[in-house]
Amino acid sequence: MSAAFVRQQLIDPKTPPLLSVGIPAWLREKLFSSIFNAVVTLLSVVVLVALIWPAVKFMLIDAVWQGTSRTDCLAETVGRPVGACWPFIAAKFGQFMYGFYPGDQVWRVNLTYAIGVALLVPLMIPRVPYKGVNALLFFGVFPFFAFFLLVGDVFSLPHVETRMWGGLLITLVISFVGVIGSLPIGIVLALGRRSSLPLVRWFCILFIEIWRGVPLITVLFFATYMLPFFLPENWAFDPLARVLLGVVLFAGAYMAEVVRGGLQAIPRGQYEAAMALGLGYWRMMTFVILPQALKLVIPSMVNSFIALFKDTTLVLVVAIFDLLGQLRAAFADPNWATPVTLLTGFAFAGLIYFAISFAISRYALYVERRLSTDLVR
Amino acid sequence: MKRVIGVVSLAVAAGLSGLAEAQVLKSVRDRGALHCGVSQGLPGFSNPDDKGNWTGFDVDFCRAIAAAIFNDPTKVKFTPLSAGDRFEPLRSGQIDVLSRNTTWTSSRDALFNFVGVTYYDGQGFMVRKALKVNSALELNGASVCAQTGTTTELNLADYFRANNMKYEVVAFGTADETIKAYESGRCDAFTTDVSQLFAEKLKLSNASDHVILPEVISKEPLGPLVRHGDDQWFDLVKWVHFAMLNAEELGVSSKTLDEALKAKQPEIRRMLGLEGSHGEQLGMTRDWVVRIVRHVGNYGEVFERNVGTSSKLGISRGLNRLWTKGGIQYAPPIR
Repeated sequence: MSAAFVRQQLIDPKTPPLLSVGIPAWLREKLFSSIFNAVVTLLSVVVLVALIWPAVKFMLIDAVWQGTSRTDCLAETVGRPVGACWPFIAAKFGQFMYGFYPGDQVWRVNLTYAIGVALLVPLMIPRVPYKGVNALLFFGVFPFFAFFLLVGDVFSLPHVETRMWGGLLITLVISFVGVIGSLPIGIVLALGRRSSLPLVRWFCILFIEIWRGVPLITVLFFATYMLPFFLPENWAFDPLARVLLGVVLFAGAYMAEVVRGGLQAIPRGQYEAAMALGLGYWRMMTFVILPQALKLVIPSMVNSFIALFKDTTLVLVVAIFDLLGQLRAAFADPNWATPVTLLTGFAFAGLIYFAISFAISRYALYVERRLSTDLVR
Repeated sequence: MKRVIGVVSLAVAAGLSGLAEAQVLKSVRDRGALHCGVSQGLPGFSNPDDKGNWTGFDVDFCRAIAAAIFNDPTKVKFTPLSAGDRFEPLRSGQIDVLSRNTTWTSSRDALFNFVGVTYYDGQGFMVRKALKVNSALELNGASVCAQTGTTTELNLADYFRANNMKYEVVAFGTADETIKAYESGRCDAFTTDVSQLFAEKLKLSNASDHVILPEVISKEPLGPLVRHGDDQWFDLVKWVHFAMLNAEELGVSSKTLDEALKAKQPEIRRMLGLEGSHGEQLGMTRDWVVRIVRHVGNYGEVFERNVGTSSKLGISRGLNRLWTKGGIQYAPPIR
């Protein structure tokens, strides 16, 4: 039966050509697949090196690592060109992190951070159980706990006025409160704006448009300096609380528009299906519409959160020193005035802002991928 | 209708703030702390040190007031304010005194009370030593770096026109940009207030290659200010300044204070409250000057410590010398 010209066995596979596997293949395919792409690749490398090399040189190679005053960071004393002056950051590090929070009380801030992280991390990892309890603790209990721990005046903790707060602490407090507070307000406003009750709708439209029509800096300024004129003297409450209220309402108005975008993207069929099942308005919203709508707007929400995180620095105009405010105040110290102080400070602040914003956006990307099961093809 | 509401709310606001203004000293005593507005960071005048304590010339003035009232210079709460937003907190009663290198001008005096001139400043020039210029009058044809939106540019124009010289102004938005531009050689000279010239000089690489010219081309009398409407408080703050000048004039410093308390000179005895009740008349205690000098020092000590030749800034006293030493700092007598 068998024909002599038919092979009985398969030929052993030969190793693929060298240029089609591993790193060379990747290089050829991704970076040098045509002359034009090769040129673009080379140009990119040149640009990257041109950008990164000076930064590395400034921050690491030429940097001064030890010292006690400006003289240690002057080129005359060091005898070579000077890059970053890290002793300046070290000397002011406490202020950048905690502002003027009393040194012997800083543990309270650290404890707050530690508990916040301990609650947030399991909340962010999908596999960890007890999400409901965890969320309640983080969103419901933790803010009050943090408030009493940071402000004090309870359980024999000395009172620390908010005017002593500053640096990254202020940045994080404002962002956290802004994010936590703006989301529910935004959802309520967005639902209100699409309500069939005209009064509710008009109120929500008016509220959103007024807050969106005013710059944040005006809101902060008004909350801090103008509000006391309209309140009786004993009504005046804490300056930071006034700023937080302004930020929450402001961010809430923006969040409302983001959420509304999500609501509008949900097809009418979903509403009709929910109604056909006999669900009332609130159940329809909670179980059918909002879960889909919020999922759709995660990128814009994160966008708003990151913008809010960076906008917090505007509180400098109302004499609250966030990270950048502390930095600017530190620049004025004649003990550290050198040609590189300014650059060092901004490099440091830039790294912190970047690290936090980047982390937020990467996590949001992960959440988005996890939730968007129906859109995966 | 709108106008009526506007008028009413203005009146209410004025009434409320009027109430708040009546008794500043009493409310300072009741709350146990002075509220003081300072800059958000001005080298030598107000800046936080490494430990987070506010230090500087303007800061020490508030500490002196607190020392006089509470016998404790730490009972001050500082509100750091930017140049644009410095007056509103004073108007609304959030701060009791604004000590933030503010130039005394007629339009500002119309709204607030300046207590005196704690620092006579003025606009000056910095040039490279290599230019071999010894006087601002030799700057004909020079390009000058200045900050926009300040009176600096106007003073510059006046000065060059009055002396019939040509110049070219290169203007920038912030102080940091301006000094960087000067350093990179965009212009021959850099101009701003002299106290700032010394502060900015610290940021130059090879600071010794630059020199500050002797001419001062404008009047910038800097001083603290308080709200209208409380004369007692105005007098108190004013006399804290005068007390520090009188102490220097009579040779009473934080080092010589204990000796001075045994002195026989009537002026010293009156000032230190050993005779008469001048402190009580001003709403303070008899030993108010002793408190100020012990905790903060006299005017000369405060100057030297923060901005003088022994500090990092190294500014010479100049016009801020006492009138007995060729300057124009002069205080009415305590009697």
